[in-house]
Amino acid sequence: MQKNDNQESTQEEEAVPGMQQLLDNPFMLLFLGVMFPTVFYILWGIMEIISIPAVK
Amino acid sequence: MAAKMFRQCPDSGLFFHKSAESLMKAHAVLGVVYLLVGGFLGLLVALTRMPSLHLLSAEDFYLALSIHGTAILIFWIIFFEMAVLYFAASTLLRCRPATPAFGWLGFLLMVIGSTLVMVAFFRGNSSVMFTSYVPMPAEPIFYLGLILFAVGALIGCFIFLGTLVIAKQEKTYDGSVPLVTFGALTAAIIAIFTIASGAVILIPTWLWSLGFINHIDPLMYRTVWWALGHSSQQINVAAHVSIWYAIAAILFGARPMSEKVSRTAFLLYILFLQLASAHHILADPGVSSTWKVFNTSYAMYLAVLASMVHGLTVPGCIEVAQRKKGFNNGLFEWLKKAPWANPVFSGMFIAMIIFGFIGGITGVVMGTEQINLIIHNTIFVPGHFHATVAVGTTLTFMAITYFLIPVLFRRELIWPTACKWQPYIFGGGMLILSLFLLGAGTLGVPRRHWDINFSDALLQFQFAGTAITMLGIAGFGGFLAAVGGALFCLIAVGSLVFGKRLDPGASLFSSFGFPMASSCYNVERPGKLGLAPVEQTGDGGVQAKGTFVLALVFLASFVVYFFINAKYLSSIWPMG
Amino acid sequence: MSILPPSQKIWWKEPIHGIEMMWIILALIWCLVLFLWMPYWHVYGKQNLSNESYKTSPEQFEAKANTMAKAYTVRTDAKSNTPVVHPPAGSDVYMLGRLWQWWPILELEKNKTYRLHLSSLDWQHGFSLQPTNINLQILPGYETVVTITPDQSGEFAVVCNEYCGVGHHTMLGKIYVK
Repeated sequence: MQKNDNQESTQEEEAVPGMQQLLDNPFMLLFLGVMFPTVFYILWGIMEIISIPAVK
Repeated sequence: MAAKMFRQCPDSGLFFHKSAESLMKAHAVLGVVYLLVGGFLGLLVALTRMPSLHLLSAEDFYLALSIHGTAILIFWIIFFEMAVLYFAASTLLRCRPATPAFGWLGFLLMVIGSTLVMVAFFRGNSSVMFTSYVPMPAEPIFYLGLILFAVGALIGCFIFLGTLVIAKQEKTYDGSVPLVTFGALTAAIIAIFTIASGAVILIPTWLWSLGFINHIDPLMYRTVWWALGHSSQQINVAAHVSIWYAIAAILFGARPMSEKVSRTAFLLYILFLQLASAHHILADPGVSSTWKVFNTSYAMYLAVLASMVHGLTVPGCIEVAQRKKGFNNGLFEWLKKAPWANPVFSGMFIAMIIFGFIGGITGVVMGTEQINLIIHNTIFVPGHFHATVAVGTTLTFMAITYFLIPVLFRRELIWPTACKWQPYIFGGGMLILSLFLLGAGTLGVPRRHWDINFSDALLQFQFAGTAITMLGIAGFGGFLAAVGGALFCLIAVGSLVFGKRLDPGASLFSSFGFPMASSCYNVERPGKLGLAPVEQTGDGGVQAKGTFVLALVFLASFVVYFFINAKYLSSIWPMG
Repeated sequence: MSILPPSQKIWWKEPIHGIEMMWIILALIWCLVLFLWMPYWHVYGKQNLSNESYKTSPEQFEAKANTMAKAYTVRTDAKSNTPVVHPPAGSDVYMLGRLWQWWPILELEKNKTYRLHLSSLDWQHGFSLQPTNINLQILPGYETVVTITPDQSGEFAVVCNEYCGVGHHTMLGKIYVK
């Protein structure tokens, strides 16, 4: 649990890669984690159910 | 200002905030109450399905099964997961919890909601199973109870997110959140989707049960309901994988083999794991094969990839840590010399192996669109989820409880010998139960069925004698698992009441939900949580070779089992 | 330590070590095989679930099943008082689920292809054909059409494998294949 001073000072200036920024952002992840299944599973599924034809 | 609200556990070095600690205790204790209720009814269910005993009457059996499913799959795991969320945000980040008063409101709603559901069950008119498929009706308070419970859990998830925000603002830690907290975040995100889906379908169903709406489409219900029913079990996956990483860190000082790989694997969970709700819709009419193939495969099995990655990196990081300690001989000395007598380790490791080898493989096989035709609604399905939920999740939660009783409740565990054997008894019993349910299911035995001999039926059918024998052995496994489960509850409750006090503040009542004596809280603000120490991993790649061999064995079993089932599928009547 | 922040502030650029990388590649290949197997089976496999289904109503479906039964009943099963229906080979055949029976009993010819229509008149049921082991979810309001070709002769049972109330375990149906 000790600090790592040398690491910190050298990396402070370095730009954080985009993927790491995403993984460090809980709200962006929340958005993706709700949107993906809502679109692919729920909305797509409901559209298919609605479009089932009535029997002849 | 600033009262002293934190205490540091002298054994683990972890910091506990007074209100977060009380919330953790309250949720964990309620979880164990539901484990006890659900587990006991599970025993009755197992003994009824044992053909030679056939314990309960049909009506009682369906009631017991409805309660067993709901109490375990929803109440036990979600109560416990709320405790995990408070732990992962407040304790691991050394941060005060956001709005603890709302935390208690959420807790209260969960208690009221789950109580209403139990009342509905015991009144006898709501034996509709965990799934409560429309148009079979339950009493209105059944749906209302579930809705209140869900709202309470939702509050808990948002407090978790709020706590992350506070920790970041108040800079209680350096760098990124620990991997375990990240895994808990994954669980919280899946929980939010789960609960929202539950609300979308249960609110109209509640109104329908009250007579305000006259029709709920059964296919629509099934599709949306499973976004609740299946995703709720995916919260478990994210939660118990996080706990595996936590236990590896706590017991072995293990660091993730690669933060990047493990976190990306969690990201794949966030994006794709929830799509697997489609596993339940594969044998349904009307939804296209394109939808089924895409969703049932978690978008090309990317969430399975993630689980396979965790399956390597969790034991892998333990292997690396053990080898560093000198257990370096051959492929498996690191594993042989692991603390097998410590229930925190044995519970976690048994959970991981059975979750992967039995639960994981069977889950993917039966989730294959066409193979589902030979498995849908057979007792294979409970065989699968007893390996995932009863062993994977529940045994993991039991394992971490053995760690939390001394650390969080400040009580020593009673009955050390019983503690040592409990994970083996429970895990072994569940393993037997799972394997033989899977076997009977392969022979076509239905799930949720009181009498597969059809004694009261007008027509007759006889299942293969092997199937009947297998159900008998499964019943024995269930009995053994119930003994293990009861032992756990006795140890947990017994330790809270009679365990040696590790702290003078740990009085009887202060163990249950209430904070410890205020003198225990002597830290105003814990020091900032620094980065993990850098380690010289050296040839880390070579160091996890034992785990890699295990992983290859896993992959080989997976491939063989998949094609056995594909062959079986090809033997049934041609259909299209 | 997984319970501490990563030791590097920028951890995304850490190299992935050999064994992990090898495993990711192997696992990914297997995932793709699993995925491609499903479309493969749609094309080359003989056991698929059709996508043909319709919205219907219990009354409509019951009427169709009655019409078929009236036309082709060959005898009655005495104990259950259920008609045994022998429809022409290759025709549209109907079986309905209701509390707690599958109705009527069907008599099919081996290696002939039928369009089997299934629906429920009340709650959800599970069509589980034993011992061949074909399992389908049957919903009220939806008519499923499965094209089946019985390739074994004998007596087959239709077990209900979706819980449908307290008589669930007495719900059975029959299909004879000659």
